[in-house]
Amino acid sequence: MLYREAGQFKTSYAADQQLFPIRQDRIGILILLAVVFLVIPGVASEYWFSAILIPFLIFSLAALGLNILTGYAGQLSLGSAAFMAVGAYAAYNFQLRIDGIPILVSFVCAGLTAAGVGILFGLPSLWIKGFYLAVATLAAQFFIVWCLTKFPWFSNHSSSGVISAQKLIILGHEFTSPQEKYLLVLTIVVVMALAAKNMARSSTGRAWMAVRDMDVAASVIGIRLMPTKLLAFAVSSFYCGVAGALYAFCYLGSVEPDGFSLDMSFRILFMIIIGGVGSILGSFLGAAFILLLPIFLDISLPWVAGLLGLPFSNATVSHIQVLVFGALIMFFLIVEPHGLARLWQITKEKLRLWPFPH
Amino acid sequence: MSKYRKSALTAAVSIILLAQGAFAAEEQFFPIVSYRIGPYGANGQSFFGGFVDYLSYVNLKEHGINGVKIVWEECETEYNNAKGIECYERLKDKAKISAGPIHPMSTGISYALIDKTAADQIPMAMVGYGRTDAVDGSVFPYAFPLVTTYQMQASAIVKFIKEKEKGSLKGKKIVFLYHDSAYGKEPIVALQEEAKLNKFELTVIPVAHPGNEQGAQWLKIRQEKPDYVIFWGWGVMNQTAIKAAQKVGFPRDKMIGSWWAGSEEDTVPAGDAAKGYLSATWNVAGKDVPLIADIEKVVYGAGQGNLGDKSKIGTILYNRGVSAAVLSVEAVRKAQEKYGEGKAMTGEQVRWGLENLDITDARLKEIGATNLLPEIKTSCDNHEGSGKVKIQQWDGEKWVVVSDWIEGNKTLIHPLFKASAQQYAKEKGITPRDCAKDM
Repeated sequence: MLYREAGQFKTSYAADQQLFPIRQDRIGILILLAVVFLVIPGVASEYWFSAILIPFLIFSLAALGLNILTGYAGQLSLGSAAFMAVGAYAAYNFQLRIDGIPILVSFVCAGLTAAGVGILFGLPSLWIKGFYLAVATLAAQFFIVWCLTKFPWFSNHSSSGVISAQKLIILGHEFTSPQEKYLLVLTIVVVMALAAKNMARSSTGRAWMAVRDMDVAASVIGIRLMPTKLLAFAVSSFYCGVAGALYAFCYLGSVEPDGFSLDMSFRILFMIIIGGVGSILGSFLGAAFILLLPIFLDISLPWVAGLLGLPFSNATVSHIQVLVFGALIMFFLIVEPHGLARLWQITKEKLRLWPFPH
Repeated sequence: MSKYRKSALTAAVSIILLAQGAFAAEEQFFPIVSYRIGPYGANGQSFFGGFVDYLSYVNLKEHGINGVKIVWEECETEYNNAKGIECYERLKDKAKISAGPIHPMSTGISYALIDKTAADQIPMAMVGYGRTDAVDGSVFPYAFPLVTTYQMQASAIVKFIKEKEKGSLKGKKIVFLYHDSAYGKEPIVALQEEAKLNKFELTVIPVAHPGNEQGAQWLKIRQEKPDYVIFWGWGVMNQTAIKAAQKVGFPRDKMIGSWWAGSEEDTVPAGDAAKGYLSATWNVAGKDVPLIADIEKVVYGAGQGNLGDKSKIGTILYNRGVSAAVLSVEAVRKAQEKYGEGKAMTGEQVRWGLENLDITDARLKEIGATNLLPEIKTSCDNHEGSGKVKIQQWDGEKWVVVSDWIEGNKTLIHPLFKASAQQYAKEKGITPRDCAKDM
């Protein structure tokens, strides 16, 4: 009853084409934005900012990047962490080597650098598809990490290869507290997520989806495969690159190439598989699932064990946590192979008919 | 605004402190970010087992530090940087009231925590790993690479070889075989300086992680025919290297590993090949140290032992965990001397304790830890405090110490730290403390 679009008439093209065509969605998004921008900074603790919210937002952005490539354009990639590494190291080097460059500009440049590298490693996609392409992007994963380790220039000849992010100063204001960093990350993520949502329904996004569904058919109807695929690689890597820069500057503070391992690429891939391939919302849900569930289990399991009087050691709890986490992944994939975003979509459809389903 | 918030927070914390003082018995909190599962879980079990056992031992034997009971909370990091930060943030609230030093036992996590611990005024100890230029306490007030660092260790190994070669290394060839990561790369600078000073020829050969295939590297070593191989290995790489050395016929007693390449976990799987292999260590293995034997008696006798597998007691890593705990407890004790005996110490106070540690051989004897670890005397200038290692040799069954404490070349190495710390301070916009004033 609450969620019904009856009576909402569109009288102009602009109204018909807006990002959220249903009024309830618009209100919902506005409330959500108000909560995350105004309420959360006031109530959340430092632990929430530094350990939960900031990494969640950064990984959502990286998952979003991968989702553009894999979910929308259908190109499987295992190199997301490597593109994040490019972004992190590029942002560091722009800050280091160009005097007085604003930090946001170096984030954008970091994204563009990652996009350039992404195009380079996207070239094989013109000839190969599916799992074979995944292997080609795996090469990116190993090559980039090797490259950053091998050439000390990238880490400014630091003896250990670890880079330490510079200060975050925007318009003379230094972002030091977790709360400020959260707001900075949130703003960037919101802007980029809305841009992605917009892009997905534009002609670019439609071309990506056409290529994803059947590239031969797409080229027959006049979509040029090369620019379309490479653009998907570029945009995706741009998102991952910015996520990487944020990862270094707003979350960890210091990173080493080995931190951006294949393991991390897999985690990002699992995020979009569990969250929903080809869905903006899915990237956020997936990141939340993969990142936050283990923490939740970690905190709640000892409590439950205490309640039941079980003598669990720290190590046992960690083992159980891994077990439960794995079981939940299986459960959700069996219940809804299309991801958590699909569950939300089904809920929405049911809500539209409620309380009179036919 | 943030200044205001900080002072409000301090006020709140001090109110809590007052309330605690009034109602509860004093308790010293130790935040423990540990790992007992994951790729290095086996190492973590031994180290943190030893660490926690010593804390229990102090509680059982002396009813805490001057009567202040030690309490602790553990959080599993799985050797993962992101999890390490999550754990740190989780334990931070408690650690703001009273905190023993944090031991992340992971270079990655310690790097990620350097800025955070300084901002939160919680001391972090990196005993034998981590950011080595933190030796310069004027730039890194809250980070303590205690006992010795990779660079000093490399320098000490060179000194050991030099003694073996009757005082001259001129014209000798030394290969540095290392794990291609932050850990493996750090000593290179030190070795290059040593090569210049002692006029030996240095060849560096990296091994990619995880290092379970080293055919090409050892082929190169065979061609080079070096006099010695200094070896900075890690995990599975260690046993592979020892086996590969046997295959190409390189004598194992000319191969000297770092202290991460010198535990039972490295030599036992290599079997016969490991016989004669040398490694550096800053603590000794075995149960013949009185303290270790006493821990087994007191803690395990009371059924409060932390290890599931008692056979790990007395291993290199277990004893290392005990040594790390000894240092931490001594730092709290030192802080109590200044800020009030029988009181729980805040992170800031323990920081002072760590910076003014003076553990003499007499004190070590009192604890029962003679020869377990070297003497330590820290200062604002020198957060390392010792820089000494021993060289041990695997006799096929156990580690046998074959040298006395060897100190690295401080006059050569410490200026490197200073320079690196200054560069860090410049990059980060930190104004270093004046060590002369700050006591």
